[in-house]
Amino acid sequence: MSSAHEAPLSRRAERSPFFRWARTYPLQIGIVMVAVVIWVLFLIGSPRTFLSGDIYVSFMTTTPYFALIAIPLTLVVITGEIDLSFPSVMAFGMTAFDVIFTWTGSYWLGFLACLVAGLLAGYLNGVLVVRVGVPSLVATIGTQFLWRGVVMVITNGQGLGMTALEPTGLHAVLVGKLAGFFPMQFVWTILVALVMWFFLNRHRFGAHVYLTGDNIESARLMGVNVGLTKTLTFAVAGLLSAFAGFVVSVGLLFFWPTMGDGYLLNTLASVFLGGTSVFGGTGTIFGTVVASFIIGAINAGIVAAGLTSFWTQLIYGLIIVLSVSIQTLLAKRLT
Amino acid sequence: MSNVLTLKNVSKTFGEVAALHNVNFHVGDNEIVGLLGDNGAGKSTLVKIITGYHQPNPGGELFWKNERVERLTVPKARDLGIEVVFQERALADKQSLWRNIFMGRELSDRLGLLDVAKMRSETRRLMNTAMGFTSSAVTAESTVKTFSGGERQGVAITRALYFQAELVILDEPTMGLSLSETRKCLEFVEGIKKAGKAAIFIDHNIFHVYPVVDRIVVLDRGTIAGQFMKNELSLQELIDRLYVVAQTGHLESKN
Ligand SMILES: Nc1ncnc2c1ncn2[C@@H]1O[C@H](COP(=O)(O)OP(=O)(O)O)[C@@H](O)[C@H]1O
Ligand SMILES: [Mg+2]
Repeated sequence: MSSAHEAPLSRRAERSPFFRWARTYPLQIGIVMVAVVIWVLFLIGSPRTFLSGDIYVSFMTTTPYFALIAIPLTLVVITGEIDLSFPSVMAFGMTAFDVIFTWTGSYWLGFLACLVAGLLAGYLNGVLVVRVGVPSLVATIGTQFLWRGVVMVITNGQGLGMTALEPTGLHAVLVGKLAGFFPMQFVWTILVALVMWFFLNRHRFGAHVYLTGDNIESARLMGVNVGLTKTLTFAVAGLLSAFAGFVVSVGLLFFWPTMGDGYLLNTLASVFLGGTSVFGGTGTIFGTVVASFIIGAINAGIVAAGLTSFWTQLIYGLIIVLSVSIQTLLAKRLT
Repeated sequence: MSNVLTLKNVSKTFGEVAALHNVNFHVGDNEIVGLLGDNGAGKSTLVKIITGYHQPNPGGELFWKNERVERLTVPKARDLGIEVVFQERALADKQSLWRNIFMGRELSDRLGLLDVAKMRSETRRLMNTAMGFTSSAVTAESTVKTFSGGERQGVAITRALYFQAELVILDEPTMGLSLSETRKCLEFVEGIKKAGKAAIFIDHNIFHVYPVVDRIVVLDRGTIAGQFMKNELSLQELIDRLYVVAQTGHLESKN
């Protein structure tokens, strides 16, 4: 009798294409299932709201503000590090814009200054972690306070009205509407996600991001430049934090020097809910993007339910604690 | 006879610890060198200098095919044709088999774009040939976490052989392997010899080392205690002399 006949059902199931597919993308499938469940709950709870297009336009408007940071932060976390400085880097980039715009009158130059400031702030995180050897948790809490302080000193705590930018092309490109419907910040988020996905999955840099976070010693022995890899992920996170800060400010037509603090929780929650491991080595851009929209929807749900924003904190905190706990338990079970 | 690799006056200190002291060492063309020595003798440190992972102390020189190499790095060493099966295996547990095979040497173009399809298909080919995986549960996408010790070693060895290295270094490759896996591993070393390439073979078990090597070098507390061609010495004589090394730190060599 051939062994194929004797193979138990589970063995044959393992060979089916669907099983392979499910085994290859468990995180992605999991997060989509979570999204669908939450969506159905919202549909049942508030069918009027969730059957109209408005709520989705609203998601696409506000979720990008932190999804734009959660995406590059995913890469930092995959390398086994963390960046907690991004809320201040958002404001620091805008302060650079403020200074240059006020000085030259050119918002394009101001925008460029904002991006450069973010890139440098991210690079500094990389230097502190890679060259100096400070644990990233501590280093980026330090730079979070440092940049907030710099912002406060330079702006003297004063905000900046941005209405002058409303009629400009930059406004239209960053926060206008595509085809009269899709908020441009959503389009940018998808673009950033695609570019990051490409680098993470189809470029040597991304391969090194995974290897560095999985086993840094193995990666070093096999010739991966782990220091450069980490520095680059920090720099990109800084750059996109500043970009997100600009998008928020130009979207709301105002820059508050305290900007960013409100994004710490939902950004981190998006990364960890999206399945990126706190231990490094695994994580996906897809997971982070879907999780960002789940987090955005939960926020809308809390508001729709008439709860105060204190609830938002509680729920995001809970999501972070639960996601990392589940990850830890799964990691223990598998080793 | 010309050499693929020559080390002159190589020392290495880690803080207070002198792991290597004035080591002169070479590997000839198509030569299999057995490197013996107690735990802590400095064998792995020597390997990591040859592979560019550690820099030797100032004054130490490294020659590849009789040309001086300055500031060797791991990527540079791999480009020269040096591949290592590390004592610690150097795998990434949560990554797929194909990512482990091509770790640090991903198939990519000049812009760094990966040829993922090629890496997957090459891995599948190697699974059926070099690694000898027969279970259908293992695919190129499987993570290496669940692999047995022998399978992990198979991955590390396959990786070292894949790039057609001129010099393959195996650092205690039979550690933790079953008898049949050990035999397969020794066959790999013989295969290197037949393919006209060179190798450094490190193993505690002289019964493993003796049959497959051309020359034996004994390292003791960071210095070369002695060396001799295999045909100068029977296995029993070698064992006797290793006792002497353990006591005196010197090996009487016939030259
Ligand atoms: N990275 C390191 N830092 C400090 N000491 C080291 C390091 N690597 C090796 N050593 C020390 O150098 C000596 C030689 O170690 P090693 O080369 O691993 O020996 P072997 O491989 O022959 O067992 C040991 O005393 C070891 O503790
Ligand atoms: Mg060793």
